[in-house]
Amino acid sequence: MYSFWKNNQLKLSPWIFLAPGIFMFSLYVIFPIFQSIGLSFYQWDGLGEKTYIGVENYIELLDDEYFFISLKNNVIWLVLYILAIPAGLFAALFLNQTVRGIRIYKSLFFFPFVISQVVVGLVFSWFYDPSNGLLNVVLEGFGFNPVAILAEEDYATYGIIAAGLWPQTAYCMILYLTGLNSVDPEQIEAGRIDNARGWKMLWYVILPQLKPATFIAVVVTVIGALRSFDLISIMTAGGPWGSSRVLAYYMYEKAFSEYGFRMGYSAAIAVVLLAIMMVYIGLILYRLYRDEKGY
Amino acid sequence: MFPTPIERTKPSTQRLYKIALPISIIIWLLPLLAVALTSIRSGVDINSGNYWGMPTSINFFENYTAVFTDSPLGYYILNSFKITIPTVIGAIVLSSLTGFALGVYRFKLNLLVFFLFVAGNFIPYQILMVPVRDLSLSLGLYNSVWGLVAFHIAFQTGFCTFFMRNFIRALPFELIEAARVEGVSEFKIFWYVVVPLMRPAMAALSVLIFTFIWNDYFWALVLTQGADSMPITAGLNSLNGQWIANQHLVSAGSIIAALPPVLMFFLMQKHFIAGLTLGAVK
Repeated sequence: MYSFWKNNQLKLSPWIFLAPGIFMFSLYVIFPIFQSIGLSFYQWDGLGEKTYIGVENYIELLDDEYFFISLKNNVIWLVLYILAIPAGLFAALFLNQTVRGIRIYKSLFFFPFVISQVVVGLVFSWFYDPSNGLLNVVLEGFGFNPVAILAEEDYATYGIIAAGLWPQTAYCMILYLTGLNSVDPEQIEAGRIDNARGWKMLWYVILPQLKPATFIAVVVTVIGALRSFDLISIMTAGGPWGSSRVLAYYMYEKAFSEYGFRMGYSAAIAVVLLAIMMVYIGLILYRLYRDEKGY
Repeated sequence: MFPTPIERTKPSTQRLYKIALPISIIIWLLPLLAVALTSIRSGVDINSGNYWGMPTSINFFENYTAVFTDSPLGYYILNSFKITIPTVIGAIVLSSLTGFALGVYRFKLNLLVFFLFVAGNFIPYQILMVPVRDLSLSLGLYNSVWGLVAFHIAFQTGFCTFFMRNFIRALPFELIEAARVEGVSEFKIFWYVVVPLMRPAMAALSVLIFTFIWNDYFWALVLTQGADSMPITAGLNSLNGQWIANQHLVSAGSIIAALPPVLMFFLMQKHFIAGLTLGAVK
């Protein structure tokens, strides 16, 4: 027994170290992914018997106007959320100086990312409030009519995304600030000698060196956009009339709110969201794999 | 250094920069400042629509004590700590083990297991809600602090494993080999050689996970009901529903809810940023 362990220690040890982590991760993450996929072929109210209905949930999805509104909103989220990356880059360039107290400014700028999205959502709902919100107080000051952004079908999603960009820009700023620290000063000097300035310097000398920061910024921003839920739940609860839902929110409504307890249908929406995400996860893993081969 | 260091520019630019800094930060944080100001207004001001004028009185102590005496906010905060602290410990322990296994040993399935953790960590976690709620119900953990803790530990293990494994890869491998040559067992190598070197990674992850879990709202919504196990995020939202005409109190509650992660960030800033940048950007 002892000699068996001694001979195979190197082979067995990794699995002993991995066991608790793999167990928990499989139980709560890996298996539930497949359970969700399986569930999407059933009709189930969460309590009674599950009935197998084949692809009927998916067929229903194709006819569901609200599903497409949610899907469209997801695309809007993705596209506009990306703005956090250039915004964060410019904030970082603005703050990348060594004047007195700059560290405090950097930390304060980062503030919105540290606080809960629930607080961000509440703060922005008040900010947009048509009667007393700061935004409309300012608008009225300039002689405009007040707008109830979150109550308008056409504006609600944009209002929520603007709130989401606030912390996300702060996150991207920190990534770029850290990235700027490791930019090679010799290359900048060389660039200056070659008369590269401003935009040219940024585009040809700085940005290529910020690639790792940009990669992480894209990854976390895309994931943040596809996971958006908290702000929608707090600010509009998907309204008005379902116009600000995204897939993650719609599937929650279908499963657990007064609209639903339709677990199978909710799971079908989940599969669609997963399929979108798998494209990005595939790209991330591919890049990781490429890096790993360097070892 | 890019852009051009400000001390090398014209004096007028320097002056402009020093004025622009505080102005931009005030505009950036305007929504928060508004909440902080509202949180010390009186109910009279709120009811008469005096949101932005001079406050008639400053009700700092009244409002901040009222939040604790008139609502279960204190409970919510306590729940948040009960959820967050065990999660941080659990996720760090599990991921130290997995990170060690994936960082030190070369075996066939190494990369596959690693990618499984990474991929799982990146999914939009909402797709797990129905099965995870079911699982929690059948384990008797639904609507309990431990139900949330168990899920959070499992899910955060994905991210933490990624972080720990990369951190361990960057350690000098000769240390481990030297210990092996001496005949030190693998468990002792983990405990006496690697764990002491992992402290910076553990610190970074602790701060980060603390903030993530403290701010979690979605899983609180899915896995809890009522004040017994609800954390501050979900609690704050339900208070907002009940206190429609009491914005000053909800504001005070928001400020209180935001304090722990903000303090954590200010006290452990270096670690926090090391964690956020995934240790990849140095």
